[in-house]
Amino acid sequence: MDLLKVVLRHPSGRIGAAIILIFLVLAGLGAVGLTPHDPLKQFVVDRLKPPSLTYWFGTDLLGRDTFSRLMLGISESFIVAFASVAVAATAGTIIGLFAAWWGHLWDGVLMRTMDVLLAFPAILLALLIVAIEGAGMVTSIVAIGIVYTPIFARVVRAPALAIKGREFVEAARTFGSSQGYILTRHLLLNLVAPLTVQITLALAWALLTESGLSFLGLGTQPPAPSLGVMLAESKSMMTRAPWLMIFPGLTIMLAILGFNLLGDALRDILDPRTQGRGA
Amino acid sequence: MPVTAIYGRPANSRAADMNYLTQRLLTFPLVLLGVSLLVFFAIRLVPGDAIIAMLGTEAGLLTDAQRASLEAYFGLDQPIIVQYGRWLAGLFEGNLGISVTYGKPVLEVILARFPLTLELSLLSMLISLAVGIPAGVFAATRADRPSDLLVRLFAMLGQSTPSFVVGLVLIYFLSVTFRMLPAMGSFTPLFEDPIGNLSQMLLPSITLGLSFAAAVTRISRSAMLDVLSDDYVRTARSKGASQRDVVWKHALPNALIPVVTLSGVEFGYLLGGAVIVEQIFALPGLGRLTLDAISQRDYPLVQGAVLFIAFNFLVVNLLVDLAYAALDPRIRLGGK
Repeated sequence: MDLLKVVLRHPSGRIGAAIILIFLVLAGLGAVGLTPHDPLKQFVVDRLKPPSLTYWFGTDLLGRDTFSRLMLGISESFIVAFASVAVAATAGTIIGLFAAWWGHLWDGVLMRTMDVLLAFPAILLALLIVAIEGAGMVTSIVAIGIVYTPIFARVVRAPALAIKGREFVEAARTFGSSQGYILTRHLLLNLVAPLTVQITLALAWALLTESGLSFLGLGTQPPAPSLGVMLAESKSMMTRAPWLMIFPGLTIMLAILGFNLLGDALRDILDPRTQGRGA
Repeated sequence: MPVTAIYGRPANSRAADMNYLTQRLLTFPLVLLGVSLLVFFAIRLVPGDAIIAMLGTEAGLLTDAQRASLEAYFGLDQPIIVQYGRWLAGLFEGNLGISVTYGKPVLEVILARFPLTLELSLLSMLISLAVGIPAGVFAATRADRPSDLLVRLFAMLGQSTPSFVVGLVLIYFLSVTFRMLPAMGSFTPLFEDPIGNLSQMLLPSITLGLSFAAAVTRISRSAMLDVLSDDYVRTARSKGASQRDVVWKHALPNALIPVVTLSGVEFGYLLGGAVIVEQIFALPGLGRLTLDAISQRDYPLVQGAVLFIAFNFLVVNLLVDLAYAALDPRIRLGGK
């Protein structure tokens, strides 16, 4: 709770947290169906209507309400982002911990494998995985999860190595604490700070990658709206119905901005090296 | 994802940097081998065998004998390790296989698309540096004043805006304000028609350049802040050097080191084909080639393109590390 207070006192932390909170509420309402209109329903007489009191963000070519679709889209995009970061953080933490703990050959094998994954630009690796598995929400989660696993492995390994050599770990070993106990209690607990920062920033990248994949038609499949899908659909009608482009575009930008701001604030607070530099 | 995040450097001690570099050189071939393994076996995970993948539904019309002879022709009757060995041996001769959709050698198809991607990468890098470095320096010299906050705000917004949003907005303004659309479809090579080529490449380059300019701004600002508090800068100031000399002559060269690293990584990334931007602007570059190959299930091409891109990415990153060592006298190989 102390951390929450400090974050809220940090200017960019406050703004970031507020943005994320608003999006979480919209996503939650969208997921349970509490939208102004049915996001998939086609109001045929009201096609391509500009924003109004009835349709806050206008309607698309099929007469579907943009605002309702955005709410559902946010929840789809957030599910993919949160799930894929959960995958990446879990897998990366386990790999990084074991690489540091076992050392030697294991360290080499595990971390070089991570280097192989890092040799691909993120979107390309995701594309390759989608090519194999076929497009869809689960594939997106797996693909983005795999793409960001090496980053977590790296973030965890270096401090884990440092902590492993500290006296209190040595002491715990001589006391006869089990490996599992040492790994979770001593190593993992001390990695909470760097992991928190990384997870927040990774959420921003995951949103970016997810919207990119679905923009290319390789993420969430229509008619389910995702932010990338909505933008891709808006392209051909941008001069006739600019609201179809403006609102999803702003939404993606704000959501990513929220996580970036919060991540930066957390890094300022939790990482003493960058204190007060804000860059 | 900000590229800096992936290639974050280890602790800044001399020994760590030296170790890092030697390690990079030694493991480079290993990582390349790993990449080839991953690409080779990943494609084999695709449901259905290679013959079906190649011929699509027509594979159903094959007699058993035809099938067997095709399998023998492509070496598919051999154990998978032998297949991998043959494929790998072929790579050393530049043989990446035959593209199913183009009916031409994969390498030839890739190299035909590469000049566009190379040009796009160079142009957008130029734009990102031209915008990012001055903005970063400007912000660092006015740290925490309103103008600094403004630059940081823009950098933050830039970092949070996907390139396709930037691209769509640019197209929108162009089409609304000037009632014209960027030339799409066929690509005009630079040496045939420089004006036509540049008018086609300008918007995509700006789109990509602006996305990276945000990262360049942030890195140059924080590097500049670091350097400006260094002892030698203070010495220069106390000797009476003007603010302009201190910033541009004394501080900037050192502050540029992390910027070089970032732009190198960025360049490697761009060479991989900016899939999304090439898609928006309908540019037939490497990224679009890969995307099309995926949707047409042209697996030899997917395999070749992905390998080609990863190879570029790795080589550029290695070169950046070497350049970094050359720029920073403290970590020059062999020299102390």
